[in-house]
Amino acid sequence: MSTVDPLLRITDLAIDYRTGHREWTTAVRGASLHVQPGEFVSLVGESGSGKTTLVHAALGLLPPAARIRSGAIAYSDVDVTGWNDRRMALVRGNYVGFIPQDPNTSLNPVKKIGQQVVEAVRFNAPKPGNAERHHQAALDSLRTAGLKDVERVFQQYPHELSGGMKQRALIAIALAGKPRIIVADEPTSSLDVTVQKVILDHLVRLREELDIGILLVTHNLGVALDRSDRILVMRDGEIVEQGPVDQVLEQSTNEYTRRLLDAAPTRLAASFGARPVRAEAPYVLRARALSKTYRLRGRGQRRDLRAVDGVDLAVRKGTTHAIVGESGAGKSTLASILVGFTAPDRGTVHIGDTELTGRRRGRLREIRRHLQFVFQNPFTSLDPRFTVGRIVAEPLHAFGLAPGRAQRTARVVELLAAVALDESYLHRLPGQLSGGQRQRVAIARALALNPEILVLDEAVSALDVSVQAQILRLLVDLQAGYGLSYVFVTHDLGVVRLVADDVTVMKDGVAVETGPVERVFGEPRHPYTRELLDAIPGTRLALAGPG
Amino acid sequence: MLRYVALKVGRALFVVWAAFTLTFVLLFVLPANPVDLLFDPAEINAVPPEVRERVAENYGFNEPVLLQYLDRLGHALTGDFGNSVQSGRPVTAAILDVLPSTLILAAGALVLALVIAFVIALVATSTRHDWVRNLVEALPSTSVSVPVFLSGILILQIFSFQLGWFPAFGDEGWRSLVLPLVTLAIPVSGPIAQLLVRSFAKEFHSGYVTTSWAKGATRGAIVIGDVFRNASLPALTIAGVTFGNLIAGSVITETVFARKGIGRMTQTAINTLDLPLVQGIVVLVAASFALINLVVDLTYPVLDPRLRATLAAPTAKAASGGAR
Repeated sequence: MSTVDPLLRITDLAIDYRTGHREWTTAVRGASLHVQPGEFVSLVGESGSGKTTLVHAALGLLPPAARIRSGAIAYSDVDVTGWNDRRMALVRGNYVGFIPQDPNTSLNPVKKIGQQVVEAVRFNAPKPGNAERHHQAALDSLRTAGLKDVERVFQQYPHELSGGMKQRALIAIALAGKPRIIVADEPTSSLDVTVQKVILDHLVRLREELDIGILLVTHNLGVALDRSDRILVMRDGEIVEQGPVDQVLEQSTNEYTRRLLDAAPTRLAASFGARPVRAEAPYVLRARALSKTYRLRGRGQRRDLRAVDGVDLAVRKGTTHAIVGESGAGKSTLASILVGFTAPDRGTVHIGDTELTGRRRGRLREIRRHLQFVFQNPFTSLDPRFTVGRIVAEPLHAFGLAPGRAQRTARVVELLAAVALDESYLHRLPGQLSGGQRQRVAIARALALNPEILVLDEAVSALDVSVQAQILRLLVDLQAGYGLSYVFVTHDLGVVRLVADDVTVMKDGVAVETGPVERVFGEPRHPYTRELLDAIPGTRLALAGPG
Repeated sequence: MLRYVALKVGRALFVVWAAFTLTFVLLFVLPANPVDLLFDPAEINAVPPEVRERVAENYGFNEPVLLQYLDRLGHALTGDFGNSVQSGRPVTAAILDVLPSTLILAAGALVLALVIAFVIALVATSTRHDWVRNLVEALPSTSVSVPVFLSGILILQIFSFQLGWFPAFGDEGWRSLVLPLVTLAIPVSGPIAQLLVRSFAKEFHSGYVTTSWAKGATRGAIVIGDVFRNASLPALTIAGVTFGNLIAGSVITETVFARKGIGRMTQTAINTLDLPLVQGIVVLVAASFALINLVVDLTYPVLDPRLRATLAAPTAKAASGGAR
């Protein structure tokens, strides 16, 4: 490499977590990395790969239950391994800035933005300066982070800002101490794609303008490939691959890296193949002119939030209709109207020939047999005290199907087999399952009543890419096997291309564009659809990919 | 904002009114003959009928219940709860005589309890040593499990009889207040401390604390500057509720330390079936309880800008509403 000292150098770092008395589990084993001035390095890995532990160690933020077994962390060749909080405080903010994962929880809710940035300036000022100078420095920092109207933002509280603005405020905090390297831990994973693109582009620009080093931690290979100079792939606490982006893309020899590359939605298209045309299939679900308005209480005048505003939707038998949009677009409200969790103000929903809207509770229950829901978060949608067998059997029990213990167990085993889980899972608890396995259980439960329609609300969003690919494949297979129809709610356009026949793009409660996926993606008519498509990360991945 | 204040004030008034009505029903309507209650049970048969008649008329027991109720309510609104049966003094004056003493005791104990709880929470959060944290976290449950009459006697034994630092009883000067305060505060501080320790620990591991570490803040700066205000909010709620317990607890404390106060007055009033006095006490205690909770409710928006925003400006909500 170059002769300059790297800004950050981690050598053979091994970190353990205490899991019991004198019992340690290794989270990071012998990881090494370095970041040069002006370099954009990405650390990619799935959940549990130890990437967050690694960067927390670099910042000295490991929890008390963790210990560094061996190895060294050095900033510009100053070894900081084992420094206590007091000494690390001199490095943090000053030398290394940190951008945290979730902007919604990472700002102190009871302090004004300005005060929080000023603190960051004050903690890292070389000598005690006056308040006015700190104030100006904080405003400068907010400006550098790409915020407009900084005087106003300075006086605002976190809850008054949007997610993207909060993340910019956090970037301002990271920049306030004039650090030489910035570590960003999944800085955009909780933001919408269009916002994500803007924030990441801004980071790239900052790197060029300020000549700082950036270490980006992400689970999204597409994001990493689009912007980095160098990329490191982490798995089970080990760095299994590293090199310049082009090299990793084209001639990766590591089997895991290849798998990760192939699991990215932009690349999966080839392996999923073209979807059969079912234009003549009958409609199983039709929604007409649905509207739902929430009333927000305020002083004096009432404000109405049109969550869903005159939306039509039609799903043909055996096909998938995707609903895409960013947060606040009203897609979840729409999904819950479709299954009758929420009553619309206006409009109708027909399942086959029966009308769902305006039904009494009892009749609704009958219809629900044909209409099942899979929730977004498999970590909260399963009762933690129920065994897998009991979870899957619950709908059978509720509708009095499969009477008799033996019969019910047989049916549960059959359902688990359908989602590729064997009998050994029957007596496990959700806590003993991985995210992907939990979502399989949730799907098995939804299938228990032989429904015709499944409404999936962000059903794969909380999962790692490789797991996501498996679940998507499972959904496609189940559709082919049982002739299911899906309503697939997602924010990820990459996924839509894989599984959907039709797509409806939503923005602020309105369906701005709807039609077959080929047409909408190929020649988008609405500017918003185009904007969404442009923001999909991983264009380099798609270009270099097979197909 | 105005709406919020009006709502909370309305609720406080309702509590006081409900306390009045409930005591009226319990004391004046439900007993078969309220006149009987006004006499000593031992002599009740010796009282001539015309005397009973006159007394009933005096108290208005002959009139319809609704009229009695409205009459009493009207008087109560002007601060007149009638005269104490035992002493013949106006109820309001009798209560106002002892109420300050109890309120000082209760409020002082509340403040002391909060101080103890905050110290425990702060030490548990900011210490780097596990054993210190474990020790400090064990204190709240210990303090709850020792009953007031026991800890009171223990404290008297040590600080009054052995060391002679503070007087054992009476209500002269601030020194006489110290021991009752401590006795009353200790059991109350337990639950508050437990809540605070948990809330401090939770906030100490939240996202914005990581941000502060990354800013280069030291442990002390984080605990005081970031965690403290966020973690204190739950304590505010429980402090309001606790105040009720303190007034109830004052019965024991005032007995143990032989202080005058609402606690002892209630005890006497109930023992002697002094109905007007009982009603006056219930209503006034309810009023002070409602007042404290009103203060708590009104302090919340001052401490938490999020609440302030939902109350005040719909425009601010519109700005963030788009993100949800």
